[in-house]
Amino acid sequence: MTGMHVTHKRCHKRCGRLMEAGWYRAGFVPDRIVFMIGSGAFIMYERSYWVTMKDKLKAIMEEALAQINSSEQLEKLNDIRVSFLGKKGELTAVLKSMKDVAPEDRPKVGQLVNDTRAAIEEKLEEKKAAFMKAAKEARIAAETIDVTLPAVKPKVGHRHPNTIALEEVERIFVGMGYEVVEGPEVEKDYYNFEALNIPANHPAKDEQDTFYINSDILLRTQTSPVQVRVMEQGKLPIRMIAPGRVFRADEVDATHSPSFHQIEGLVIDKNITFADLKGTLAEFAKQLFGEETKVKFRPHHFPFTEPSAEVDVTCFKCGGKGCRFCKGSGWIEILGCGMVHPRVLKMSGIDPEEYSGFAFGVGLERIALLKYEIDDMRLLYENDDRFLRQF
Amino acid sequence: MNTPLSWIKAYVPELDCTVQEYTDAMTLSGSKVEGYTRLDKNLENIVVGKILKIEKHPDADKLIVCQVQVKEDGETVQIVTGASNVKEGDKVPVVLAGGKVAASAHESRNYPDGIKIKKGKLRGVESFGMMCSIEELGSSRDYYPDAAEDGIYILSDNEEYKDAAVGSDAVELLGLRDTVFEYEITSNRVDCFSVVGLAREAAATFGKEFVPPVVKETGNSEKASDYISVEVKDADLCPRYVARVVKNIRLAPSPEWMQRRLAACGIRPINNIVDITNYVMEEMAQPMHAYDLDTIAGKKIVVRRAGDGEQFQTLDGQIRTLDSSILMICDAEKPIGLAGIMGGENSKITDSVKTMLFEAACFDGTNIRLSGKKVGMRTDAQAKFEKGLDPNNAIIAMNRACQLIEELGAGEVVGGCVDVYPVEKKPVRVPFDADKINRLLGTEISEETMLGYFKKIDLDYDAAAKEVIVPTWRQDLECMADLAEEVARFYGYDEIPVSLPHGEATTGKLSFKLRIESIARNVAEQFGFSEGMTYSFESPKVFDKLLLDADDPLRKTVTISNPLGEDYSIMRTLPLNGMLTSLSTNYNRRNKNVRLYELANIYLPKALPVTELPDERMQLTFGMYGEGDFFHLKGIIEEFLEKVGLKELVSYDPKAGRKYLHPGRQANIYYDGIVIGYLGEVHPDVLENYEIGEKAYVAVLDMPEIVSRANFDIKYQGIAKFPAVTRDLSMVVPKEILVGQIEEVIREGGGKRLESYHLFDIYEGAQIKPGFKSVAYSLVLRDKTKTLEEKEITEVMDKILKGLETLGIELRK
Repeated sequence: MTGMHVTHKRCHKRCGRLMEAGWYRAGFVPDRIVFMIGSGAFIMYERSYWVTMKDKLKAIMEEALAQINSSEQLEKLNDIRVSFLGKKGELTAVLKSMKDVAPEDRPKVGQLVNDTRAAIEEKLEEKKAAFMKAAKEARIAAETIDVTLPAVKPKVGHRHPNTIALEEVERIFVGMGYEVVEGPEVEKDYYNFEALNIPANHPAKDEQDTFYINSDILLRTQTSPVQVRVMEQGKLPIRMIAPGRVFRADEVDATHSPSFHQIEGLVIDKNITFADLKGTLAEFAKQLFGEETKVKFRPHHFPFTEPSAEVDVTCFKCGGKGCRFCKGSGWIEILGCGMVHPRVLKMSGIDPEEYSGFAFGVGLERIALLKYEIDDMRLLYENDDRFLRQF
Repeated sequence: MNTPLSWIKAYVPELDCTVQEYTDAMTLSGSKVEGYTRLDKNLENIVVGKILKIEKHPDADKLIVCQVQVKEDGETVQIVTGASNVKEGDKVPVVLAGGKVAASAHESRNYPDGIKIKKGKLRGVESFGMMCSIEELGSSRDYYPDAAEDGIYILSDNEEYKDAAVGSDAVELLGLRDTVFEYEITSNRVDCFSVVGLAREAAATFGKEFVPPVVKETGNSEKASDYISVEVKDADLCPRYVARVVKNIRLAPSPEWMQRRLAACGIRPINNIVDITNYVMEEMAQPMHAYDLDTIAGKKIVVRRAGDGEQFQTLDGQIRTLDSSILMICDAEKPIGLAGIMGGENSKITDSVKTMLFEAACFDGTNIRLSGKKVGMRTDAQAKFEKGLDPNNAIIAMNRACQLIEELGAGEVVGGCVDVYPVEKKPVRVPFDADKINRLLGTEISEETMLGYFKKIDLDYDAAAKEVIVPTWRQDLECMADLAEEVARFYGYDEIPVSLPHGEATTGKLSFKLRIESIARNVAEQFGFSEGMTYSFESPKVFDKLLLDADDPLRKTVTISNPLGEDYSIMRTLPLNGMLTSLSTNYNRRNKNVRLYELANIYLPKALPVTELPDERMQLTFGMYGEGDFFHLKGIIEEFLEKVGLKELVSYDPKAGRKYLHPGRQANIYYDGIVIGYLGEVHPDVLENYEIGEKAYVAVLDMPEIVSRANFDIKYQGIAKFPAVTRDLSMVVPKEILVGQIEEVIREGGGKRLESYHLFDIYEGAQIKPGFKSVAYSLVLRDKTKTLEEKEITEVMDKILKGLETLGIELRK
C-alpha cells in the first residue's frame, strides 16, 4: 500500500515539475494552433514536419496504449512508463528533437507532445488503478480467515477462590459501611479466649483444639479476637469485618484443614437489636447467593454471644426444594452469630447498659467450597495450576 | 446424643407429631436434630408366625419345608428355609411375600431400599415368605442378645415374647416401630444431654404437658451408713458424693423395654445392674458407678487427689500413671477408681457380686476433662462430667436407680444414703425486665408471654422481686441476655422482625494495607501469576532443604508446642518453602509454564523463648518456572512498585548472599536505601531438594516496607514542548562492570537534562577484546524550557564520558 502511494505522489511531483518548467503554458491557445496549421508554404514545410511529427506521436501513443492495454501486471506499467516517458523514452526523444523545430512551431509541437504524454499517463493511471483494485480485491479475498480458530489469550493469572469469595464478602459489607480490619494471627490467649468469655479451662477451649506457642500465646482459633482489639480502642460506633487466617488442630482431610480462614463481623452501637442482626445477614446472604435466598436462624451457643444463632440459607442449587447438595434439607448452614455477650462488652470497656451489638463469623473456605462446588478442601492449598485457572 | 422418640413420648404423652415436624420444631427451639433413623425402615409385612410343622425338603438336604401359621384365625403359609435352629412350635418373625426386610443375613452389604420378599420356588417347592434373623430386621445381636447367632430369631425363647399373638406385628413387638433422633446439643445445655431434659424441651416446644418419671422412696429398714462411710478430702474437686448400698444382687437380663431404650441409644444391654446404670445416665445425665462392696477395704470411701507417680489399673486392664491433679476414689487402703472416668479393676462388679456400692457423685468438670487428657482416656461418664453436672441431680438419679433396682428385682436396696454435700447449690435469681429483652431483640413481646415461656421450662418467677428463679440444672442462665435467648427461641427466631442497624453512619473501607495488597494481586495476575495459598507452619527441616546455614537467624522460629506433627511445628520465617512446594507439585503433575504468587505472613520472633507476639510480616512471593527468566520477574516487581507509588529508583545488589538462590543470579532489591525484597534463580541444589526439574525463579517483597512508602499521589507532568535529542553511546566495558554502574554514571552526568536512557545492545564475543563486553545505550536529552543547543548537549555528554572513563570504559570506535 505504502509503495503504491509513493509512486502516485512521485507522479504528481513530476507533473508539477514539468508545469513549473513552463512546457505547456504557451500551447494552451487552441485558435492559434488552428491558425498556424492552416498557413501557406511555410505550412507545407511545416506540414510535412508536422505530419511526420503527428504521425510519430500518434504511433507512439498507439503503441503505448496497446502496450498498456495488454500489460498484465503492475510492474509492467512502470516499464512502459520508462520506455515511453522516461529519460530515454520515446516521447522524451521526441522532445529532445525539439531543438530542430522552428521556434514558432515549438509551442504547437510541445502541445502535441504534452497531449500525448497526458494521454499515456492517463491511461497508465487508469490501468494502474484497475490493477490496484484487482490486487486489493484479490488480497481481501485471500485474507479470509477461519474465525472459529482458537482465540489467542494473553496469559493472565487467577485469584485464589478464597480471595474471590473474600472480596465478594468485603464488597458487600463495605457497601453497608463496614471497615475491613485485621489482627495478629499469632495471638494472646487473652484475646482469643478470655476476653471472649471463654475463661481458662473452659471446655470450649478444647472444642477448638488450639495450637499453643506457650501458655499465653497461641495461634488464633478464630477471627473473634479482632473484635476485642477493635472494641478496646474505644471508638464507637463500630462496624467492622475482620478476615484472616485461623488455625485449629484438625488433621488434613477433604473437609478439614489445620489452617483456614474466617471473616468476623462486629457492629456496636446504641439500640442494636437481634432484628438488626437478622436483617443484616439476610441482606448479606441475598447479595452473596442471590436475591431469592432466604435465611433461617436457629438457636445455638457461643460463649461470646447471647442470644446466639446459627444461620442456614436456602440451598442455592435447588432453591430450597431439597437435593443431594443440601442432603435433602433445602438448607445449608453458613455461619454463626449472635448479640455480643454483655460480659464481652464489659471486658472491652463498653457499657452494656448503653451499647449493644452483634457479631458473626463466616468460614471463608466454606463459602468458597459451596459457591464453586469444590469437593475437597485440600485442593485449596495444593495450588495446582489447573485448579487455580478455573477461577 | 441419640434418643428414641418413644422414650421422649413416655414423658410427653400428648406429643403427637410427624418425624419431620419434630425435627423442625426441636431444631428451631434450640435442640438441633442432626438426623434421625427409623428403626422400622424397610420392614414391611412382618408378623409373628408359629411353626406348625417341619418336613424335609424332597430334593435338598439342607432345606426344610415349614408350615407356618401367620394369622390368628389359623391361616398358614408354606416357607422353605435353610435355617437349622427352628423347631415345631417356635414363634418367629415372618415376612410375608410382598413384604420387605432391611438387610441380608448372609452379606454385610447395604440395601438402602431394603430387600423385597417374593413368593418363589426353592428346588421346586413353593415358598410364600421368609422367617427372619435379627440382622434381616436391621439390628444385631448386640442389641438383641437373646437372638440366635446365625439363625432365625426364635421369639418364643424369650419370656417376654413367647405369648405374642400369632399374626401380630413383629416389628412392633420387637420395639422397632420407633425413630431414633440424633441431636447436636450445645455445651451450655448440660441438662439436654438427658432424655428428661430433651423431653422437657419437647414439651415446651409443642406446648404439651411434661410428665417426668416419678422417683419414689426406696430401701429397706437398714441404713446405708452402717455399710459404708464416705470421706471427701478434696471437696473442691468433688462437690457432692452420694452412696447407696444394694444387697442380695440378682444379676439377670433387664426387661425388654429397658433393653430397647438402651439399644436405641446405641448402648448394648448387658445385665440388669449395668443396664440400670446406663439407663439412668441416659435418662438423667448422671453417670453412676457400681463397686463390689466386698472388695472395699474398711467399708470406707475416700475421695482424694492421687499422689504424683501413683499407678492404678483401670477396669479395662490398663495401668495408668497419675499425678496429684487427678482425683481418685479410694477405700480405706487403696485406690478403687479414677473419679468420673473409670472404675478400678480391683473393685469391679463380677458375676459373683453379692453386695454393691452405688456411687452418684458430682466432680469438677474442668478437672475431669484435664485428668482424662492426662491419662489419655475418654469415657462416656467423663464426657458427661466434663460439662459440669448439677449436684442436686445426683441424689435424684441415685434414687431413680435404686427404684429401678427394686422394680426390676435386681437386688435389695438398703435404706438411706450417705450424702457428702458440704455446700448446697442454690437456684440463681436473674432480674427480669421485659422492656430490656424487647430492646435487645427488636421485638414487642408482652411480659405475660415471656413469663409463659419461662414457666414451660420450669423457671419460676418472683413477681415481687421481678426475678426469674433458675433451677440448678439450667446453669447457663445468668443474665438478662440469657433470658432473652429463652424468650427468642420460644417466640421463634423466625418470628423476630428484620431490620437494619440505624444510628450514626459509618464509612466502609479497606485499610490502606489491604488496598496495596489488592493492587499486588492485580499486577501479579496481569503478568500471568495465579494466587496460591500455603500453610503458615512447616517443618524445621525446610531450612536444610533451603540450604540455610546452621546459625542462620531465619532458623529462630516461633514454635508450636503441640503441633500436628513435626511437619507443621514451626511458624515460617520465610515464604519460600510453601512456594517451592507448590511449584514442585505442579512440576510433578506436568503442568507447564507455572507462575504463582502468594500474599501471606512470615512470623519473626522478637525474642526467644517467645514472650511477646512475633513480628508478622506480609510477604508478596512470586515463583515461576517455564517461560520467562530473572529479568521478567524483575520487570514485574518494578511494575508493581511503580503502581503503588514507589517511583524512585529501585536498585539491585547482586551480593545478596542468599543460600537458596543461584550465587550468580540473585539480588537484593533496594529502595530508599533499604532492602525491600529479593529475587533470583533458585539454587540448583534447592531445585533438586524440591524435585523441580527446570530452572525456577522466585522473588519476595517485604510488604510492610512497601506499604509504608506507598502512595497514590500523582502529579501531571506537562507533555514536552521542546524537541528531544537522542545520543547513542557504544562502549567497550570491562566485564566485571555492571550496567547498573554505567547507568549510575549516566544519571549523574545527565542530570536534569537526561530524560531517559535505555540499553539497546549488550554483547560479549569475538569482536570484543577478551575481558571486555560491548554495551550500547541510547540517551534522550531534553530541556523542558527550551530547545537544547549543541553546546549544552556536548556538555552533558562530556560529563557522562568522563564518568565512564573512571570505570575504565572506552567508547567504541
